[in-house]
Amino acid sequence: MSKPLEGILVVDFSQYLSGPSASLRLADLGARVIKIEKPETGDLCRELYFSNLVLDDESSMFHAINRNKESYAADLKNDVERQKVYKIIEKADVLIHNFRPGVANRLGIDYDKIKALNPQIIYAELTGYGKEGVWKDKPGLDLLIQSLTGLTTLNGNDGAGPVPIGLAVVDILSGAHLAQGILASLYRKQTQHVGAKVEVSMLESAIEYQFESITCFFRDGGQPTLRPKSNSAHAYLGAPYGVYATKNGAIALAMGSIPFIGELISCEALSNYPEPESWFTKRDEIKGILAEHLKTKETKDWLAVLEPADIWCAEVMDWKTLFDQEAFKILEMVQEVNRSNDYKYKTTRCPIQINGDWLTSEIGSPILGEHTEAINKELVN
Amino acid sequence: MLPLKGITVLEFAQFMAGPSAGLKMADLGARVIKIERPGTGEAGRGIALKNIFIDESSMVFHTANRNKQSYAANLKDPEDLERIKKLIAQADVMTHNFRPGVMEKIGLDYNTVATINPKLIYGVVSGYGPVGPWAKKPGQDLLIQSLSGFVNLSGNEADEPTASGLATSDIFTGVHLVQGILAALIQRNKTGKGAKIEVSLLESTLDIQFEVLTAFLNNGKQLPKRAKQGNAHAYIDAPYGIYKTKDRYISIALTPLDQLAKAIGVSLPEEFVDKATWFNKRDDIMTFLAAELIKETTAHWLSIFEPLDFRVSDVYNYKEFLAHEGYQALQMDQDVLTSDGITMKTTRCPIRIDGKRIFNKKSAPKVGEDNRSIDNEFNLNAL
Repeated sequence: MSKPLEGILVVDFSQYLSGPSASLRLADLGARVIKIEKPETGDLCRELYFSNLVLDDESSMFHAINRNKESYAADLKNDVERQKVYKIIEKADVLIHNFRPGVANRLGIDYDKIKALNPQIIYAELTGYGKEGVWKDKPGLDLLIQSLTGLTTLNGNDGAGPVPIGLAVVDILSGAHLAQGILASLYRKQTQHVGAKVEVSMLESAIEYQFESITCFFRDGGQPTLRPKSNSAHAYLGAPYGVYATKNGAIALAMGSIPFIGELISCEALSNYPEPESWFTKRDEIKGILAEHLKTKETKDWLAVLEPADIWCAEVMDWKTLFDQEAFKILEMVQEVNRSNDYKYKTTRCPIQINGDWLTSEIGSPILGEHTEAINKELVN
Repeated sequence: MLPLKGITVLEFAQFMAGPSAGLKMADLGARVIKIERPGTGEAGRGIALKNIFIDESSMVFHTANRNKQSYAANLKDPEDLERIKKLIAQADVMTHNFRPGVMEKIGLDYNTVATINPKLIYGVVSGYGPVGPWAKKPGQDLLIQSLSGFVNLSGNEADEPTASGLATSDIFTGVHLVQGILAALIQRNKTGKGAKIEVSLLESTLDIQFEVLTAFLNNGKQLPKRAKQGNAHAYIDAPYGIYKTKDRYISIALTPLDQLAKAIGVSLPEEFVDKATWFNKRDDIMTFLAAELIKETTAHWLSIFEPLDFRVSDVYNYKEFLAHEGYQALQMDQDVLTSDGITMKTTRCPIRIDGKRIFNKKSAPKVGEDNRSIDNEFNLNAL
């Protein structure tokens, strides 16, 4: 299949996860992505290990984030090398970086300079906290942004203290927003023949992520966020919304009429809550009753009575259980990719399907500077 | 000029994933028209947080559907369906999240619609993909978090599986839908052809776990193990986590343990000197650090750590965060106004284009609020 962004050239100076996750998506959609990396060290993510896991001398994270990209090694503080990079930028459609404020200027790749080189370029910049205000120079790390923005007050039970999401969800979301802004600007470039500057910060992305609960805070007069005492899955939703232990595992219950659920699972105490309002105002009581009752049978027994009645419920699975399901297997979500040295590893594919086809690629992550020579011949001279 | 100006999107999608995609396209300049059932409208109008309603629709609905128009049509009525087909012929994008088979029955499946408008981008959101044993199961955010392994990443080791307390699966699925639609619009400019874009809550929720899944797929399928206390990431070594101080909490992200111990003013025990132990003995190390950090206030520790550029921060609730000058500098909130004159404060689009923040005063529409003007503008009554 032909991918929608074929012919688009992206020059990516970003490191770690936020910016590189944006260029990964552009690569998935067919763009050619050239990472510009510092000689010898490269993207610092190459050495940021997960559970001490080393794959082909580098971190598994780096391999996950940077498959299907090229690597061009250049020292931007060296004038000759910087001029070469400018030659590449002149031919590019998109430039991405995630330096802290001021660094792009020092390296000679600030917007004014780049716009002068290539007036129609889409210049995309990802920061931690934006470029104004008291936080602008703080390090933009996922856990810190989760902690500042109130996100850690939404998860877990009342009394648990702050509970962060155990995944770099803000990095990934800000990268996704950057990709959205880049794509919208590429569309405008085609029709209006103008470039663009696209700016996203992790802080603003984390706020939009919480747009429902923050809007709620504005609306309810600023009441404190109060999580359920047990089985919490949302501070602002009533029972049964939550995850419950069963005799052999756990079940997730989303929404549904409490007396009706009570009838289905033969839990008489739930008939005392006929008023939908009470499902929110008395959710701790109701959740307590549900939790006691759901412990008494296995997950499959509950699913057998709840699913046919169209109650929103699901078995809680770990990856091993999920991977054994037919419904997972047919998605072919796992792909094997190859590095140029024949090292192979497994990772996931792009989640977007176009005209019934999955977007896959067998190309793994680049070795540092692997494409410098070829790119010099093709684009620089 | 906003980048998507001139693009018309017809949103048949309900609840959160699809409408959040429509909202982002609206903020980026597209015109988004919700196609809703007459009377009750889309089902998301009735879903509320804390039972809060703005008018006859919930606050959540207003949050995800501001800056859109509404056209009421009964898709089972032949005349209404004819009008909708005429509207589709003039649109650029349509989105829906009906369960598989529903649009086929109505006659608005992709193959049929592509004959009406071959340039249309047709976006579909499903729970689990269009085929397979789960295709007709309800696709809801918490359920997908629960069966995708996502709930096994947060909380401490002994906690029950811990969901994120917000619609993470919906939000990311909507984000991916926008990415696919915009890429298809770019391709259409070159080829003149439309496309079908499909995303599912399950695939999108697996995608956001791509880093940890890549570890799992290449480490002999070891399942994630959360830290005993202060867990913030099952795969990252100590000190990464949240710690209690004398008065509050402190978050510590990627910070070398030896430097941290030195800054705290304790010597690092011999058994934690080898960097490999920072993951292998993570719980012991975090317990060791917790015993030190509880002795002083958060402000005290920040005053030592921040000048050293350690990756640390205070932990705020909404009251503290939204009143902070760091938040205020963003100008991240905006007031929207309903057609009844009700004002609601909400957040704006997080993307800035050409140095400008994107604001829009328009709130969510009432069901069918724009029927008359759309009938006239798109000439839908000339049957």
